[in-house]
Amino acid sequence: MATLKALRDRRKTVQSTQKITLAMKMVAGAKLRRAQENVEAGRPYAYVMGQILRDLAAGAQALETPQPLLTGRGQDFVHLLLVATSDRGLCGPFNSSIVRQARKLIEELQSQGKTVQICTIGRKGRDMLSREYGELIVESFTEVGSPRLRYSDAERIGDSILKMFEDGLFDVCNLIYNHFKSALVQEVTTQQIIPVPIENGQQIQDKSLKAIYDYEPAEEKILGQLLPQNVTVQIYNALLENAASEQGSRMTAMDNASRNADDMIRKLTLTYNRSRQAQITRELNEIISGAEALQ
Amino acid sequence: METFPFTLVSPEKILLEKEVSMVVIPGLKGDIGVLPNHAPLLTLLRPGVVRVYDGAEVFMQIFVNGGFSEITPEKCVSLVTEGTLLEFLNKSTLEIEIKNLLEDIEISKTREEREQVGENLDIARAKLMEILTHEKMQ
Repeated sequence: MATLKALRDRRKTVQSTQKITLAMKMVAGAKLRRAQENVEAGRPYAYVMGQILRDLAAGAQALETPQPLLTGRGQDFVHLLLVATSDRGLCGPFNSSIVRQARKLIEELQSQGKTVQICTIGRKGRDMLSREYGELIVESFTEVGSPRLRYSDAERIGDSILKMFEDGLFDVCNLIYNHFKSALVQEVTTQQIIPVPIENGQQIQDKSLKAIYDYEPAEEKILGQLLPQNVTVQIYNALLENAASEQGSRMTAMDNASRNADDMIRKLTLTYNRSRQAQITRELNEIISGAEALQ
Repeated sequence: METFPFTLVSPEKILLEKEVSMVVIPGLKGDIGVLPNHAPLLTLLRPGVVRVYDGAEVFMQIFVNGGFSEITPEKCVSLVTEGTLLEFLNKSTLEIEIKNLLEDIEISKTREEREQVGENLDIARAKLMEILTHEKMQ
Protein backbone atom coordinates (compact mmCIF):
# COMPACT_ATOMS: atom_id res chain seq x y z
CA MET A 1 0.00 0.00 0.00
CA ALA A 2 1.23 3.43 -0.93
CA THR A 3 2.33 5.65 1.89
CA LEU A 4 0.27 8.70 2.79
CA LYS A 5 2.86 11.05 1.39
CA ALA A 6 2.91 9.24 -1.95
CA LEU A 7 -0.87 9.45 -2.16
CA ARG A 8 -0.82 13.14 -1.32
CA ASP A 9 1.79 13.79 -3.98
CA ARG A 10 -0.11 11.91 -6.61
CA ARG A 11 -3.27 13.82 -5.88
CA LYS A 12 -1.36 17.05 -6.21
CA THR A 13 0.05 15.97 -9.58
CA VAL A 14 -3.39 15.16 -10.91
CA GLN A 15 -4.70 18.45 -9.60
CA SER A 16 -2.08 20.48 -11.42
CA THR A 17 -2.63 18.46 -14.60
CA GLN A 18 -6.30 19.26 -14.32
CA LYS A 19 -5.52 22.93 -14.01
CA ILE A 20 -3.60 22.75 -17.27
CA THR A 21 -6.29 20.83 -19.12
CA LEU A 22 -8.96 23.23 -17.89
CA ALA A 23 -6.93 26.20 -19.07
CA MET A 24 -6.31 24.56 -22.43
CA LYS A 25 -9.99 23.84 -22.79
CA MET A 26 -10.81 27.48 -22.17
CA VAL A 27 -8.19 28.72 -24.61
CA ALA A 28 -9.39 26.26 -27.24
CA GLY A 29 -12.97 27.41 -26.66
CA ALA A 30 -12.04 31.02 -27.28
CA LYS A 31 -10.02 30.14 -30.36
CA LEU A 32 -12.79 27.89 -31.60
CA ARG A 33 -15.27 30.74 -31.63
CA ARG A 34 -12.98 32.80 -33.86
CA ALA A 35 -12.12 29.88 -36.11
CA GLN A 36 -15.78 28.99 -36.45
CA GLU A 37 -16.66 32.51 -37.53
CA ASN A 38 -13.86 32.37 -40.08
CA VAL A 39 -14.90 29.05 -41.50
CA GLU A 40 -18.50 30.12 -41.81
CA ALA A 41 -17.45 33.34 -43.51
CA GLY A 42 -15.16 31.49 -45.89
CA ARG A 43 -17.54 28.74 -46.94
CA PRO A 44 -19.71 30.67 -49.42
CA TYR A 45 -16.75 31.65 -51.56
CA ALA A 46 -15.39 28.13 -51.84
CA TYR A 47 -18.87 26.75 -52.35
CA VAL A 48 -19.85 29.12 -55.14
CA MET A 49 -16.48 28.68 -56.79
CA GLY A 50 -16.82 24.91 -56.67
CA GLN A 51 -20.36 25.14 -58.01
CA ILE A 52 -19.39 27.26 -61.00
CA LEU A 53 -16.44 25.05 -61.81
CA ARG A 54 -18.48 21.88 -61.66
CA ASP A 55 -20.92 23.46 -64.09
CA LEU A 56 -18.02 24.36 -66.34
CA ALA A 57 -16.45 20.93 -66.03
CA ALA A 58 -19.72 19.34 -67.11
CA GLY A 59 -19.62 21.36 -70.32
CA ALA A 60 -15.87 21.17 -70.75
CA GLN A 61 -15.91 18.61 -73.55
CA ALA A 62 -16.83 21.42 -75.90
CA LEU A 63 -13.68 23.43 -75.16
CA GLU A 64 -11.25 24.01 -77.98
CA THR A 65 -8.07 24.07 -75.90
CA PRO A 66 -8.03 21.33 -73.28
CA GLN A 67 -7.67 22.48 -69.67
CA PRO A 68 -5.73 19.81 -67.76
CA LEU A 69 -6.70 21.35 -64.41
CA LEU A 70 -10.35 20.89 -65.28
CA THR A 71 -10.50 17.64 -67.18
CA GLY A 72 -7.22 16.02 -66.20
CA ARG A 73 -4.54 14.65 -68.47
CA GLY A 74 -6.51 11.60 -69.44
CA GLN A 75 -4.39 9.44 -67.14
CA ASP A 76 -4.12 8.83 -63.44
CA PHE A 77 -0.81 7.13 -62.73
CA VAL A 78 0.60 9.48 -60.15
CA HIS A 79 -1.56 10.61 -57.24
CA LEU A 80 -0.60 13.44 -54.97
CA LEU A 81 -2.17 13.42 -51.52
CA LEU A 82 -2.31 16.74 -49.77
CA VAL A 83 -2.64 15.82 -46.10
CA ALA A 84 -3.63 18.76 -43.94
CA THR A 85 -3.07 18.35 -40.20
CA SER A 86 -2.16 20.63 -37.30
CA ASP A 87 1.20 21.68 -35.93
CA ARG A 88 0.33 20.94 -32.33
CA GLY A 89 -0.92 17.84 -30.61
CA LEU A 90 -3.17 17.33 -27.59
CA CYS A 91 -6.25 17.64 -29.70
CA GLY A 92 -7.84 14.23 -29.38
CA PRO A 93 -8.26 12.09 -32.45
CA PHE A 94 -7.97 15.10 -34.80
CA ASN A 95 -4.62 14.29 -36.39
CA SER A 96 -4.70 10.52 -36.10
CA SER A 97 -8.05 10.29 -37.89
CA ILE A 98 -6.71 12.29 -40.82
CA VAL A 99 -3.56 10.22 -40.97
CA ARG A 100 -5.56 6.99 -40.74
CA GLN A 101 -7.62 8.07 -43.74
CA ALA A 102 -4.45 9.00 -45.61
CA ARG A 103 -2.90 5.59 -44.89
CA LYS A 104 -6.02 3.84 -46.10
CA LEU A 105 -5.99 5.81 -49.31
CA ILE A 106 -2.28 5.25 -49.88
CA GLU A 107 -2.66 1.49 -49.49
CA GLU A 108 -5.69 1.46 -51.74
CA LEU A 109 -3.93 3.40 -54.49
CA GLN A 110 -0.75 1.39 -54.19
CA SER A 111 -2.63 -1.88 -54.45
CA GLN A 112 -4.09 -0.54 -57.69
CA GLY A 113 -0.55 -0.07 -58.92
CA LYS A 114 -0.58 3.73 -58.77
CA THR A 115 2.33 5.85 -57.69
CA VAL A 116 1.57 7.88 -54.60
CA GLN A 117 3.22 11.10 -53.51
CA ILE A 118 2.48 12.96 -50.34
CA CYS A 119 2.54 16.62 -49.48
CA THR A 120 1.87 17.37 -45.83
CA ILE A 121 0.62 20.54 -44.24
CA GLY A 122 1.27 20.72 -40.50
CA ARG A 123 3.99 19.15 -38.39
CA LYS A 124 1.89 16.32 -36.96
CA GLY A 125 0.96 14.85 -40.29
CA ARG A 126 4.53 14.96 -41.48
CA ASP A 127 5.83 13.28 -38.32
CA MET A 128 3.22 10.54 -38.32
CA LEU A 129 3.52 9.72 -42.02
CA SER A 130 7.29 10.00 -42.33
CA ARG A 131 7.78 6.84 -40.24
CA GLU A 132 6.03 4.66 -42.77
CA TYR A 133 5.98 6.62 -45.98
CA GLY A 134 8.95 8.94 -45.54
CA GLU A 135 10.24 8.39 -49.04
CA LEU A 136 6.86 9.35 -50.55
CA ILE A 137 6.76 12.80 -49.00
CA VAL A 138 7.73 15.29 -51.68
CA GLU A 139 6.96 18.47 -49.82
CA SER A 140 5.85 19.57 -46.38
CA PHE A 141 4.62 22.84 -44.98
CA THR A 142 4.71 23.66 -41.27
CA GLU A 143 3.65 26.64 -39.21
CA VAL A 144 0.93 27.43 -41.72
CA GLY A 145 -1.55 29.96 -40.48
CA SER A 146 0.03 30.83 -37.19
CA PRO A 147 -0.87 33.08 -35.54
CA ARG A 148 -3.70 33.73 -37.98
CA LEU A 149 -4.62 31.94 -41.18
CA ARG A 150 -4.53 34.20 -44.21
CA TYR A 151 -5.46 33.67 -47.81
CA SER A 152 -1.83 34.22 -48.75
CA ASP A 153 -0.87 31.09 -46.76
CA ALA A 154 -3.09 29.03 -49.04
CA GLU A 155 -1.70 30.87 -52.05
CA ARG A 156 1.82 29.79 -51.12
CA ILE A 157 0.79 26.13 -50.94
CA GLY A 158 -1.44 26.39 -54.00
CA ASP A 159 1.32 27.93 -56.08
CA SER A 160 3.77 25.15 -55.35
CA ILE A 161 1.14 22.46 -56.03
CA LEU A 162 0.29 24.11 -59.35
CA LYS A 163 3.95 24.35 -60.23
CA MET A 164 4.34 20.62 -59.59
CA PHE A 165 1.30 19.93 -61.75
CA GLU A 166 2.63 22.05 -64.59
CA ASP A 167 5.93 20.19 -64.38
CA GLY A 168 3.97 16.98 -64.83
CA LEU A 169 4.92 15.51 -61.45
CA PHE A 170 1.43 14.17 -60.75
CA ASP A 171 -1.91 13.58 -62.47
CA VAL A 172 -4.50 13.64 -59.68
CA CYS A 173 -4.49 15.61 -56.45
CA ASN A 174 -6.60 14.74 -53.43
CA LEU A 175 -6.91 16.87 -50.33
CA ILE A 176 -7.53 15.26 -46.94
CA TYR A 177 -8.75 17.38 -44.06
CA ASN A 178 -11.29 17.48 -41.24
CA HIS A 179 -14.60 19.03 -42.14
CA PHE A 180 -15.95 21.05 -39.22
CA LYS A 181 -19.52 20.16 -38.30
CA SER A 182 -19.62 21.20 -34.66
CA ALA A 183 -17.29 21.34 -31.69
CA LEU A 184 -18.07 17.66 -31.08
CA VAL A 185 -18.27 16.33 -34.60
CA GLN A 186 -15.60 16.58 -37.26
CA GLU A 187 -15.62 14.55 -40.39
CA VAL A 188 -12.52 13.41 -42.26
CA THR A 189 -13.04 14.47 -45.84
CA THR A 190 -11.21 13.53 -48.99
CA GLN A 191 -11.69 16.04 -51.73
CA GLN A 192 -10.33 15.79 -55.23
CA ILE A 193 -9.06 19.18 -56.34
CA ILE A 194 -7.15 18.33 -59.53
CA PRO A 195 -8.85 17.65 -61.90
CA VAL A 196 -12.19 19.13 -60.91
CA PRO A 197 -14.45 16.15 -60.15
CA ILE A 198 -17.57 15.68 -62.23
CA GLU A 199 -20.32 13.96 -60.30
CA ASN A 200 -22.23 11.28 -62.12
CA GLY A 201 -25.66 12.32 -63.20
CA GLN A 202 -24.89 15.96 -62.78
CA GLN A 203 -23.70 16.17 -66.30
CA ILE A 204 -27.03 15.24 -67.80
CA GLN A 205 -28.96 17.38 -65.40
CA ASP A 206 -26.81 20.37 -66.20
CA LYS A 207 -27.35 20.25 -69.90
CA SER A 208 -31.11 20.33 -69.61
CA LEU A 209 -31.50 22.71 -66.68
CA LYS A 210 -28.56 25.02 -66.68
CA ALA A 211 -28.60 28.19 -68.71
CA ILE A 212 -25.76 28.45 -71.17
CA TYR A 213 -23.40 31.20 -70.16
CA ASP A 214 -21.90 33.96 -72.15
CA TYR A 215 -18.26 34.40 -71.35
CA GLU A 216 -16.29 37.60 -71.15
CA PRO A 217 -13.48 37.29 -72.12
CA ALA A 218 -13.44 33.94 -73.94
CA GLU A 219 -14.08 30.74 -72.02
CA GLU A 220 -10.46 29.62 -72.22
CA LYS A 221 -9.13 32.82 -70.76
CA ILE A 222 -11.57 32.85 -67.88
CA LEU A 223 -10.80 29.24 -67.10
CA GLY A 224 -7.09 29.91 -67.29
CA GLN A 225 -7.51 32.29 -64.40
CA LEU A 226 -10.30 30.55 -62.51
CA LEU A 227 -8.84 27.07 -62.35
CA PRO A 228 -5.59 27.87 -60.55
CA GLN A 229 -7.52 30.16 -58.23
CA ASN A 230 -9.94 27.37 -57.45
CA VAL A 231 -7.11 25.13 -56.25
CA THR A 232 -5.97 27.82 -53.85
CA VAL A 233 -9.50 28.53 -52.67
CA GLN A 234 -10.21 24.88 -51.96
CA ILE A 235 -6.95 24.61 -50.00
CA TYR A 236 -7.79 27.78 -48.09
CA ASN A 237 -11.20 26.41 -47.27
CA ALA A 238 -9.72 23.12 -46.08
CA LEU A 239 -7.28 24.98 -43.85
CA LEU A 240 -10.12 27.00 -42.33
CA GLU A 241 -12.14 23.85 -41.71
CA ASN A 242 -9.09 22.24 -40.18
CA ALA A 243 -8.37 25.18 -37.90
CA ALA A 244 -11.89 25.11 -36.50
CA SER A 245 -11.90 21.31 -36.23
CA GLU A 246 -8.58 21.32 -34.40
CA GLN A 247 -9.84 23.70 -31.74
CA GLY A 248 -13.14 21.88 -31.45
CA SER A 249 -11.40 18.57 -31.09
CA ARG A 250 -8.98 19.98 -28.55
CA MET A 251 -11.80 21.47 -26.52
CA THR A 252 -13.62 18.14 -26.37
CA ALA A 253 -10.43 16.25 -25.56
CA MET A 254 -9.47 18.67 -22.81
CA ASP A 255 -12.98 18.59 -21.39
CA ASN A 256 -12.74 14.80 -21.18
CA ALA A 257 -9.29 15.02 -19.64
CA SER A 258 -10.55 17.45 -16.98
CA ARG A 259 -13.44 15.14 -16.17
CA ASN A 260 -11.14 12.14 -15.90
CA ALA A 261 -8.83 14.12 -13.65
CA ASP A 262 -11.84 14.93 -11.46
CA ASP A 263 -12.68 11.24 -11.14
CA MET A 264 -9.12 10.39 -10.34
CA ILE A 265 -8.84 13.10 -7.69
CA ARG A 266 -12.00 11.83 -6.04
CA LYS A 267 -10.71 8.25 -5.96
CA LEU A 268 -7.31 9.29 -4.67
CA THR A 269 -8.88 11.44 -1.95
CA LEU A 270 -10.99 8.50 -0.85
CA THR A 271 -8.01 6.16 -0.72
CA TYR A 272 -5.98 8.82 1.08
CA ASN A 273 -8.65 9.36 3.74
CA ARG A 274 -9.17 5.65 4.22
CA SER A 275 -5.51 4.90 4.70
CA ARG A 276 -5.12 7.90 6.99
CA GLN A 277 -7.99 6.64 9.12
CA ALA A 278 -6.51 3.13 9.03
CA GLN A 279 -3.20 4.46 10.26
CA ILE A 280 -4.83 6.38 13.11
CA THR A 281 -6.79 3.32 14.14
CA ARG A 282 -3.68 1.20 14.03
CA GLU A 283 -1.71 3.65 16.15
CA LEU A 284 -4.54 3.90 18.69
CA ASN A 285 -4.68 0.13 18.78
CA GLU A 286 -0.99 -0.09 19.43
CA ILE A 287 -1.18 2.46 22.27
CA ILE A 288 -4.19 0.80 23.88
CA SER A 289 -2.76 -2.69 23.63
CA GLY A 290 0.58 -1.41 24.91
CA ALA A 291 -1.17 0.19 27.88
CA GLU A 292 -3.14 -2.93 28.54
CA ALA A 293 -0.02 -5.07 28.48
CA LEU A 294 1.43 -2.94 31.30
CA GLN A 295 -1.51 -3.54 33.62
CA MET B 1 -39.41 48.09 -58.11
CA GLU B 2 -38.07 44.74 -59.19
CA THR B 3 -35.07 43.49 -57.26
CA PHE B 4 -32.69 40.53 -57.29
CA PRO B 5 -30.27 39.08 -54.74
CA PHE B 6 -26.69 40.28 -55.06
CA THR B 7 -23.87 38.58 -53.20
CA LEU B 8 -20.34 39.90 -52.92
CA VAL B 9 -17.90 37.52 -51.27
CA SER B 10 -14.18 37.46 -50.64
CA PRO B 11 -12.35 34.33 -49.48
CA GLU B 12 -12.24 35.74 -45.97
CA LYS B 13 -15.86 36.86 -45.60
CA ILE B 14 -19.18 37.80 -47.16
CA LEU B 15 -18.90 41.49 -47.95
CA LEU B 16 -22.50 42.09 -48.95
CA GLU B 17 -25.65 40.04 -49.33
CA LYS B 18 -28.67 42.07 -50.29
CA GLU B 19 -31.73 42.47 -52.49
CA VAL B 20 -30.83 45.22 -54.93
CA SER B 21 -32.42 46.95 -57.90
CA MET B 22 -29.19 47.32 -59.85
CA VAL B 23 -25.45 46.76 -59.54
CA VAL B 24 -22.70 48.04 -61.77
CA ILE B 25 -19.71 45.71 -61.79
CA PRO B 26 -16.29 46.42 -63.31
CA GLY B 27 -16.09 43.84 -66.12
CA LEU B 28 -12.79 43.20 -67.81
CA LYS B 29 -13.76 45.18 -70.90
CA GLY B 30 -15.94 47.78 -69.26
CA ASP B 31 -18.54 48.28 -66.59
CA ILE B 32 -21.58 46.05 -66.68
CA GLY B 33 -24.91 47.22 -65.34
CA VAL B 34 -26.87 44.30 -63.99
CA LEU B 35 -30.65 44.51 -63.69
CA PRO B 36 -33.07 41.70 -62.87
CA ASN B 37 -33.41 39.13 -65.68
CA HIS B 38 -29.93 39.69 -67.04
CA ALA B 39 -28.74 37.14 -69.59
CA PRO B 40 -26.48 34.48 -68.03
CA LEU B 41 -22.89 35.68 -68.07
CA LEU B 42 -19.62 34.66 -66.53
CA THR B 43 -17.11 37.46 -66.52
CA LEU B 44 -13.77 38.36 -65.04
CA LEU B 45 -13.53 41.58 -63.08
CA ARG B 46 -10.83 44.18 -63.36
CA PRO B 47 -9.79 46.23 -60.33
CA GLY B 48 -12.54 48.81 -59.97
CA VAL B 49 -15.65 49.82 -58.11
CA VAL B 50 -18.81 47.80 -57.61
CA ARG B 51 -21.75 50.21 -57.32
CA VAL B 52 -24.80 48.88 -55.58
CA TYR B 53 -28.10 50.65 -56.24
CA ASP B 54 -31.07 50.58 -53.94
CA GLY B 55 -33.86 52.11 -55.99
CA ALA B 56 -32.30 55.01 -57.87
CA GLU B 57 -29.78 55.78 -55.13
CA VAL B 58 -26.24 54.47 -54.88
CA PHE B 59 -26.37 52.43 -51.71
CA MET B 60 -22.76 51.33 -51.48
CA GLN B 61 -19.52 51.62 -53.43
CA ILE B 62 -16.93 48.95 -52.92
CA PHE B 63 -13.53 48.83 -54.52
CA VAL B 64 -12.58 45.30 -55.55
CA ASN B 65 -9.14 44.00 -56.50
CA GLY B 66 -10.45 41.79 -59.25
CA GLY B 67 -12.18 38.44 -59.35
CA PHE B 68 -15.16 37.22 -61.29
CA SER B 69 -18.94 37.37 -61.42
CA GLU B 70 -21.62 34.87 -62.22
CA ILE B 71 -24.79 36.47 -63.50
CA THR B 72 -28.02 34.58 -64.09
CA PRO B 73 -31.53 35.95 -64.63
CA GLU B 74 -32.32 35.34 -60.95
CA LYS B 75 -29.17 36.46 -59.21
CA CYS B 76 -25.71 37.96 -59.35
CA VAL B 77 -22.74 36.58 -57.42
CA SER B 78 -19.37 38.27 -57.39
CA LEU B 79 -16.29 36.54 -56.04
CA VAL B 80 -13.48 38.98 -55.41
CA THR B 81 -10.04 38.57 -53.94
CA GLU B 82 -10.40 41.66 -51.78
CA GLY B 83 -12.93 44.42 -51.27
CA THR B 84 -12.71 47.81 -49.55
CA LEU B 85 -15.35 50.47 -49.11
CA LEU B 86 -14.54 53.41 -51.35
CA GLU B 87 -14.78 55.81 -48.41
CA PHE B 88 -11.91 54.01 -46.72
CA LEU B 89 -9.43 54.64 -49.51
CA ASN B 90 -7.00 57.46 -48.91
CA LYS B 91 -5.53 59.56 -51.69
CA SER B 92 -2.20 60.51 -50.14
CA THR B 93 -1.33 56.96 -48.97
CA LEU B 94 -2.15 55.68 -52.46
CA GLU B 95 0.10 58.24 -54.09
CA ILE B 96 2.95 57.13 -51.86
CA GLU B 97 2.15 53.47 -52.61
CA ILE B 98 2.27 54.09 -56.34
CA LYS B 99 5.60 55.88 -56.00
CA ASN B 100 7.03 52.97 -54.02
CA LEU B 101 5.73 50.42 -56.51
CA LEU B 102 7.30 52.34 -59.39
CA GLU B 103 10.62 52.16 -57.57
CA ASP B 104 10.07 48.45 -56.97
CA ILE B 105 9.64 47.87 -60.70
CA GLU B 106 12.98 49.52 -61.31
CA ILE B 107 14.80 47.21 -58.93
CA SER B 108 12.88 43.99 -59.62
CA LYS B 109 15.01 41.40 -61.36
CA THR B 110 12.92 38.46 -62.53
CA ARG B 111 9.99 38.66 -64.91
CA GLU B 112 7.60 37.20 -62.35
CA GLU B 113 8.61 39.77 -59.81
CA ARG B 114 7.92 42.54 -62.29
CA GLU B 115 4.54 41.07 -63.17
CA GLN B 116 3.60 40.84 -59.50
CA VAL B 117 4.55 44.44 -58.82
CA GLY B 118 2.83 45.50 -62.03
CA GLU B 119 -0.40 43.90 -60.85
CA ASN B 120 -0.23 45.74 -57.56
CA LEU B 121 0.51 48.93 -59.43
CA ASP B 122 -2.58 48.46 -61.60
CA ILE B 123 -4.70 47.99 -58.52
CA ALA B 124 -3.27 51.06 -56.79
CA ARG B 125 -3.72 53.18 -59.92
CA ALA B 126 -7.28 52.00 -60.35
CA LYS B 127 -7.98 52.90 -56.73
CA LEU B 128 -6.60 56.40 -57.23
CA MET B 129 -8.59 56.85 -60.44
CA GLU B 130 -11.79 55.91 -58.69
CA ILE B 131 -11.15 58.35 -55.87
CA LEU B 132 -10.52 61.15 -58.31
CA THR B 133 -13.68 60.47 -60.33
CA HIS B 134 -15.61 60.15 -57.10
CA GLU B 135 -14.36 63.56 -55.98
CA LYS B 136 -15.21 65.11 -59.30
CA MET B 137 -18.75 63.83 -59.13
CA GLN B 138 -19.40 65.43 -55.79
